[in-house]
Order: sequence, then structure tokens, then C-alpha cells
Amino acid sequence: MKNFLIAMRMLRRNAHSGEAKVLAAALLVAVGSVTTVGFFADRVRGALDRQANELLGGDLAVISDHPLPQRFAARAAGDGLATAGTTTFPSMVSGPAGVSLSEIKAVGRAFPLRGRLRVADSPVAPDREAEGGPAPGTAWVAAPLVSRIGARVGETIRVGNASLAVAAVITREPDSVLDYFGLAPRLLMSEADLAATGLVQVGSRVTWRLLVAGEADAVARYDREMRPGLARGERIESVRDARSEVRVSLERAQRFLGLASLLSVVLASVAVALAARRFSLRQTDAAAMMRCLGAAQADIFAINAWQLLALAAAGCAAGTLAGYGAQAVLAHWLSGFFSVALPAPGVRPAAQGAVIGIVLVLGFTVPPLLRLRNVPTLRVLRSDVAVAEPSSLAAYALGLAALSGLIVWQAGDAKLGGLAIGGFALALGAAAAAGFALIRGLARLRSGATGPWRYGLANLRRRTGASLVQVMALGVGLMAMLLLTVVRTDLVVKWQKSMPADMPNRFAINIQSDQLPLVKGYFADLGLATPDLYPMVRGRLVAIGGRAVTPADYEDPRARRLAEREFNLSWAGTLRPDNRIVAGAWWKPGATEAQFSVEEGIAKTLSIRVGDTLAWDVAGSRFSAKVTSLRKVEWDSFKANFFVIASPGVLEAYPASWITSFHLPAGREEVVNRLVDRFPNVSVIDLTAIMGQVKRISDQVSRAVEFVFLFAIAAGIVVLFAAITATQDERVFEGAVMRTLGASRRQMVLTQLAEFLAIGLLAGLVAAAGAVGLAMVLSDRVLGVPYEFDWLVPVAGLLAGGAGVALAGLLGTRKAIDTPPLAAIRAVT
Amino acid sequence: MNATSEVERETAGVAGRSAIVRAEGLTKQVSTPDHDLVIVRDVALDVRAGESVAIVGASGSGKSTLLGLLAGLDVPSAGRVWIDGEDLFAKDEDGRARLRGRLVGFVFQSFQLLPALTALENVMLPLELAGAADAAASAALVLGQVGLADRLGHYPRQLSGGEQQRVAVARAFATQPKLLFADEPTGNLDSATGAQVIELLFRMNRERGTTLVLVTHDEALAGRCDRRVGIAAGVVSA
Repeated sequence: MKNFLIAMRMLRRNAHSGEAKVLAAALLVAVGSVTTVGFFADRVRGALDRQANELLGGDLAVISDHPLPQRFAARAAGDGLATAGTTTFPSMVSGPAGVSLSEIKAVGRAFPLRGRLRVADSPVAPDREAEGGPAPGTAWVAAPLVSRIGARVGETIRVGNASLAVAAVITREPDSVLDYFGLAPRLLMSEADLAATGLVQVGSRVTWRLLVAGEADAVARYDREMRPGLARGERIESVRDARSEVRVSLERAQRFLGLASLLSVVLASVAVALAARRFSLRQTDAAAMMRCLGAAQADIFAINAWQLLALAAAGCAAGTLAGYGAQAVLAHWLSGFFSVALPAPGVRPAAQGAVIGIVLVLGFTVPPLLRLRNVPTLRVLRSDVAVAEPSSLAAYALGLAALSGLIVWQAGDAKLGGLAIGGFALALGAAAAAGFALIRGLARLRSGATGPWRYGLANLRRRTGASLVQVMALGVGLMAMLLLTVVRTDLVVKWQKSMPADMPNRFAINIQSDQLPLVKGYFADLGLATPDLYPMVRGRLVAIGGRAVTPADYEDPRARRLAEREFNLSWAGTLRPDNRIVAGAWWKPGATEAQFSVEEGIAKTLSIRVGDTLAWDVAGSRFSAKVTSLRKVEWDSFKANFFVIASPGVLEAYPASWITSFHLPAGREEVVNRLVDRFPNVSVIDLTAIMGQVKRISDQVSRAVEFVFLFAIAAGIVVLFAAITATQDERVFEGAVMRTLGASRRQMVLTQLAEFLAIGLLAGLVAAAGAVGLAMVLSDRVLGVPYEFDWLVPVAGLLAGGAGVALAGLLGTRKAIDTPPLAAIRAVT
Repeated sequence: MNATSEVERETAGVAGRSAIVRAEGLTKQVSTPDHDLVIVRDVALDVRAGESVAIVGASGSGKSTLLGLLAGLDVPSAGRVWIDGEDLFAKDEDGRARLRGRLVGFVFQSFQLLPALTALENVMLPLELAGAADAAASAALVLGQVGLADRLGHYPRQLSGGEQQRVAVARAFATQPKLLFADEPTGNLDSATGAQVIELLFRMNRERGTTLVLVTHDEALAGRCDRRVGIAAGVVSA
């Protein structure tokens, strides 16, 4: 307690010192960065928790890819549970102003069992709570359909063969939390009209649901008793399961945003270490005096530790507040993803921020504080008595270990955490190496420079260590920003440009076998190239190499989904040019033996090898055949491609629908409108719209990451100030000497400017080199587009680095220029 | 003068009592690249309670090193020191610090006030480290005794050199130590201010019966002490 009081008293004064401000600022940035992501994710999670059963539309849902047997509804009725059926599938709908793909949901009057729909008379009119779903003969539409096809209230629209009157615009639908910008906007209709549409046919992607709600015990019993009897393609989702998928995406997003936020923590740790060391240096004489006055080593440690802890607590608290404020920006930017209002965040992220603060403080301030314990008391008599310095690498091993632990914790698994640690270490190491070479190189130029510029460059060289830390921290922060802004846009534009002009931009699916000649004729009549049509048979993979396939066998969530879902199988006699065999061999023409060719990615995911026998269940009948080849598929050709292709003669007997892709020239939308008019069961998917949506989503997500990286830039600036503070006394003294020798204010400003401009330019160069290097790898390995050097990257890096650092540096060294020479020399000596 | 002879009488009266500071065979040797340098050589010294002793010598004679060793601020190469009967170097650093907190006060040439603390807080510091209950009141009282009652809230840099040294003296006496070490207490002060501080030191020494060991090359100061101990090239001559 006595130590605490002494510490607080000393802090009143010490808090005004540069290093105290740097320490608090570093923690503010680190904690702010982490809590921004934490608070935001907490709000989304809160929304999911709060609306869990609304999300499902009931307390439990039986979901199936075929019409559900009567026993599910009968049993629920017997148990006194309320039920409602829904049928969902994608289809084209046409209105007075055009056609659009829509996600149709046919519901009974009882829907929804939990939560309420909200509807309005137009997308801009005030909305109201709806009782149940649409009446027979009517439809409720999502807002995008109003603008796309003119589906205003009162208009008639066509869904398959049925005509429905639009009765309302949906403003809120309980069972959808993630709203990906209305990719396929919702249309709600009554299940009584379903048969009239004629859309539920062979090969249609239809999902049947039976929603169940009631007393918790009865629901649990129903779940327990019905689960064991589920057939293939049937599953039961409870409230917990329903959340899990959204939750998995959320957790993945949080993990990556969290790792991005840790970059600022890593950079802040450098500032914390520098500030704590400076603090310790400045307390050396006080520590010697206190030892002289009878303070034990533990007292010295406690008095100084209390001061740093108090500063850290203030920094953490301010950081948490900053994070709370910043998450609102993030929530605003990403609000398009969520159809529900986000509740206020809880306190957990604040605790997470506190953990970050504690790790930084313990890991990076303890070594310099321990040094104070060993201050020789004799320093009170002779100030030249040196203090034993701990070896810095060993001293900070604790901090580095803690930081690594933090990264693994944030990453959620050791592998990703290891990759992130490696990535951070590589980025910092490369930046340090480049920075070192550049500083040495630049210092050589100094003999060619004149006056203040020469002194500035000399300082850069003399303080190589401090300069290096600044170049490294700022370089890495700037690189992250450059990658997300200039380089990302650049790469996306190049990738889009690399696509051929006549690349397919529409998919037509659900074409029935008997419509094939008519569809081909339709295109020919319009003078368009006859598109290639591919057959598609839906089947479930039941066994690989005699071993039954169950989702539980796979850890990978994608593999789990594939094991559960139906595949689209196709057949072909010859190998298409956009497919390439990577293992085994394609079947010979006229081969009669049943064989499969599998796409290499999916083969890897499901552990399928050439020679394995795959067993399939198609429409209730089973058959099997050997895998004789693996294929590599050019997915970005935007043609219809299949994971699994069978040799001719295997699938022809089963009910098939056909798929095609074609290029629709701009301004020929009537081709699609008339196609859908003639073949109401055919759905046309607009790829350009999807790519637009994907681009919008990726823009918003990268804006969120950019926002998080702003904290990294802030951390870089704190490191800059930490390094300036660490050399403040020297600078003040040098300034005083220069002033005494007759230097003008302008000359002194120029000297400082030269040093910081050089640091900023070097950081910009390091950032640009890193960004260009990563862009080359991305463009070559990921996008397959040859990289073209863009001058904007180094120019942006050099401008941002040079101007930013020069300005910040001049601000930070004002004191060295403004202190009167005599006072400066006295203060230092 | 009267007061001094009183002390002398008292000292003479307790002549049989053990010394408050006793050094035997005290040696400090440091290694330089060329040779080993002996700074203090085989010093034996007794200082009795209530006595005032001046250690005098030229610059570099080893007098400050000797003071550092006597106070346990530095560790000798050989020899032992007892303070109030306790073997100083049988203790560890913390043990020596505790003993100083209990028995010893210091005044330095360069004042050594903590810049982060006010005058009052600087004086409170040793009291608080020793766990005293009414540190603020005691500190204010001592500061009043050194004539700084109206400077309690000032920071060191807001005080003149003489005022700073008076705060240091107040800090040294605040814990009522049995023993006071002073290292060139007037070295950084002009002669008038230095005289005031000397006056203060001896007054406190007199009023509180504190033993005074000081290092100085100020003859006037040395002359006021009961005994002078000369040191040259690390060797003490009585």
C-alpha cells in the first residue's frame, strides 16, 4: 500500500513525460484495435443468440431434399406441437418490368411459428407486423423484386405457370439473419398455389421443411425420438444447429479480423518495450536514491511497476472506449450483411482487451523494471556507475512468448496461429533487413548532401537501431494498407480484364430433357450461338471404396457438407478443353465399362483416389463404378462444370435436367425474358450480377480489414514517437549545441526534417517493395494473371511514408527545437 | 561552542561503549585494463555515537569511496564494517537497505531529490518506506525546522540550490537517524548558502544527538567537526 501511494505520487509528475504518453498510447492503439473487432463480433453473436429460434422460424425444423413423409407432421400433432411446412427453391419470376431469379418460399398459414414477418406497401412505406404468411393467390416480395421486375403491390407476377397478385413488400423475415444483398431476393407465396406453378420437378433444387414449435420438453422429446429414424437426405435442426453455420462464418471472419488487429498489437509491443526502457532509464537515479533511503529491491520494483500499471490501465481503458466507438463504424459498414438489428455488445471484449494490455505490460515492461532492482546504490555518489543490463533478447523472450500465445489464441488453432506468427516474423524480419540495408546505403549519400541535410542523414546513421525500428514498424503498417487499397483494386481490375469478352455471363438451369431441341432452336432463331447443354443428375455419394460416407467422418466443414448433400453428376464421352487430366486416364471412345472422373479438389477434400469405387444413390437406386481419372477444372471459364462425371451409359437411365451457360450481349435482356416466358421452369442466373455482388461483398469486407489496419498505422506512429522519445535528451542536447554554435531555427528544422523524411521514405520503400512482392505472388499463384508493375504503389508508399513521418517527426521533436539552449544543456548534463 | 563541549563530554562519558561505526581492514580495489587499482587500503576506523567526523582529502584521494563503503552503498574487496553493532556486509543488499532506512540519513553534494516529488513528498519518502504512520505531518514539521514551511508543494526544479539542499537535510533527519553521512554537502553551493546549510546540519546534529560523518575538502566545515580523518591515496591517517 505504501509503495502504491508513493508510486501514485511519483506518477503525477512522471505521467507528463514522453515515455509515459507513449506507453499509454501504445496500449490504447493495441487494445482499441482488438476490442473493435471483439465488440463488433460480440454484437453479431448477440443478435444470433437473441433471435436463435426466430432464425429457424420455429423451435426445431425437419429438413429434407424430398417431400417429408406424413409421420413427421402426424407425430408432432400427436405430441401437441404446432407445425408449419415450407418449400423453398430458386426460380425465375417475371413481372411487368422484367424477369429475375428469386428464392421462392411457399408457406402454410401457420408460418412462422416463431418471430414475425414485417411487411409494407412499398419499400419506402412504414412497415407493420404481419399475421401469418400470404393468402392463396397472392405473393409477398422482397424489395429488390419491386425494382427489378416491377413487382409493386397490386401488380400480377408469374411464378412458373401460376399468376400471383403482389400483396406486400417484405421488410423483415425472421428466418434469415445474413442477407447477402438479396442475391436471389425472396418471394413468399402460399403453399396452396405451389402445384399450380408446376415448378417442383425432377432435378429442381427444392428443400422441404417442417417447422415444429411448442413446450420445450415436448420439443426435446420429439427431437430425441424422431432423430434415429431419419432417412437419407433428412435432418433435424434445432436452434443450436441453425445458429452454428452462421456462427462458423462469423467465427472465421472474427478470426481473420482478429489476426489483422493483432498486427497493431505486435507493433505496439515495440513501442511499449521502448517506452518502458526509457522509463526505467529515467528512474535509475531515483531508484538508487530510494535504495539509499532504505527501500528494498522489491519496493523499488513495486513502486515503478505500480506506475507502469496505472499508465497501462489508463491506456487500456481509453483503448476499450476507442474500440467501442470504432466498432460502430465497422457495424455501419457491414450492416448490409445483416437483416437484423445488432444489439449492444457485452463486456467480454473489454476483458479480452484487458488481457492484451496485461500481456503487453508484463511481457515488455518487466525486463527494464527488473533492471532497476539492480541499480548500484553507489550511483548517488557517482553518477557514472553503470547499471548491469540484462541481455535484451533473453529478457524479452517472455514477451515474445506471450505475444505468440496471443496470436495462437486469436487464430483459434495452432496451425493458423503458427502461420500468422511466421507471417508477422517474416514481414518484420524482411522489413528490418531491407531497412538496415537502406539506412546504410542512404547514409553514404551524406557526404554529397549539404548543411542540415548532412547532419540529418548523419543522425539517421548514428541512431541506426532506433531508425531501423521506425522504418520496420511504419513499413509493415503501410504495407498492409497499400496491399488492401492500391494493390487489391489493381489486381481485381487486371483479373477482370483478363477474361475474354464473350465469356459466358448467364447460366440457364433446370432445362428438362424434352425441352432440349426447343431451347437449342430458340437460340438459333435469335441468331445466337447454340450453347452447349450438359446433363445433370442429382445423386448422393454413399460409399468410397466400400466404406460408407457419413458427415461425421470428416473434420473439414466443406467435406461434411458434401457428404451430406446431393451432388450434381453429369456424363460425357469426350474430355472438354477446359478440363485437364492430372491422374489416371480419360475413358476411350466406345468404352463400355462404367467409370468416373473426379475433380481433383473435391477428390482431395473427400480423400478419393484413382482406383476407388464410388457408390451412388440416385432416386432410390444404387450403383457403383471405379474412379479412373482425376481432372483439373478451370473454374473461372464460367462454364458449367462438374465435380463428378460418369462415362456414357451409366446415368442416362436416370431422370436428368440440363444446364448451359451462354454469353448474353449487353442490351439483349429480352432474350432471357422470352426464354423464361416460353420455358417457365427454366431458371437463368445472371453471373455479372453475382460477380457484382461478390465484388461489393469483398469491397465491404476489405474496407473492414482496412479499417482494422488503420490501427496498425497508428501503432507505427506510436513506435515513431517512442523512438523519438528514446532519443529526446540527445536531440535536445544536440539542438542546444547547434543553437549555441549559431544555428538558425530553420536550419534546425531542416536537420530534423532530413532525418524523418529519410525514415518515412525508407518505410514507404519497404512497404511498397513488400506490397509489390506479395502482389506478384498473389497474381501468379492465386489469380493466374501475369503481374504488371504499377507505379502507383511505390508512389503512394513514398508519399504517405515521407509526408506522414516527416510531419509526425517534426511534431515529436518540437521540444528539441524550442528549448532554449542553456536550459537544454543544463537539463541534460 | 558550549554545545560542542557538551557533546564532547557526553562522548567522553560513553568512551567504553562500542562505536556506532567501526571499520576493519576496509579495502576497495578495482581492475583496470593495465593494472589493479587500490582506491581504499586497509582502513580501520571507529566513530562513536554523537561524534562528528570529517573525512578530508584531495580530489581522487578515495574519500567518497570510503564514505560509500562505510554506508554500505558499495561492497569492499576486503574488510568489514559494523553499524550500531551490525555487520553490514554480512547482510544482502536488501538487508543493508533496511538497516540504512532504520539508522542512517544521507546528504549529498548534488542533493539527489526525486524530481517527480514535491519537497514535502521527498521528505515523506524515507518515512513511508519505513512504514511511518504520520509521514506527511512529520515531514512538514522537519521542513518547518529547516525554514521551508512555505515551500512544501514546490518541486525540486522550482527551488534554489540552497533550498534543495535544505530539503535534502530535512529528508536526512526526517527518520531521526542515529547516523548521518554527508558527501560534500556544500560542494554545489555558494559560500553564504553553504554556511547556512552547515549551520543547519550542526544544529540538527546537536538537537537530535545524531552522529555526523562527512566528506569534505572545505576546511571551515572540517574545522567544526570533533575529529578529522585525513585520507591520501586510499590510506587513512588520523
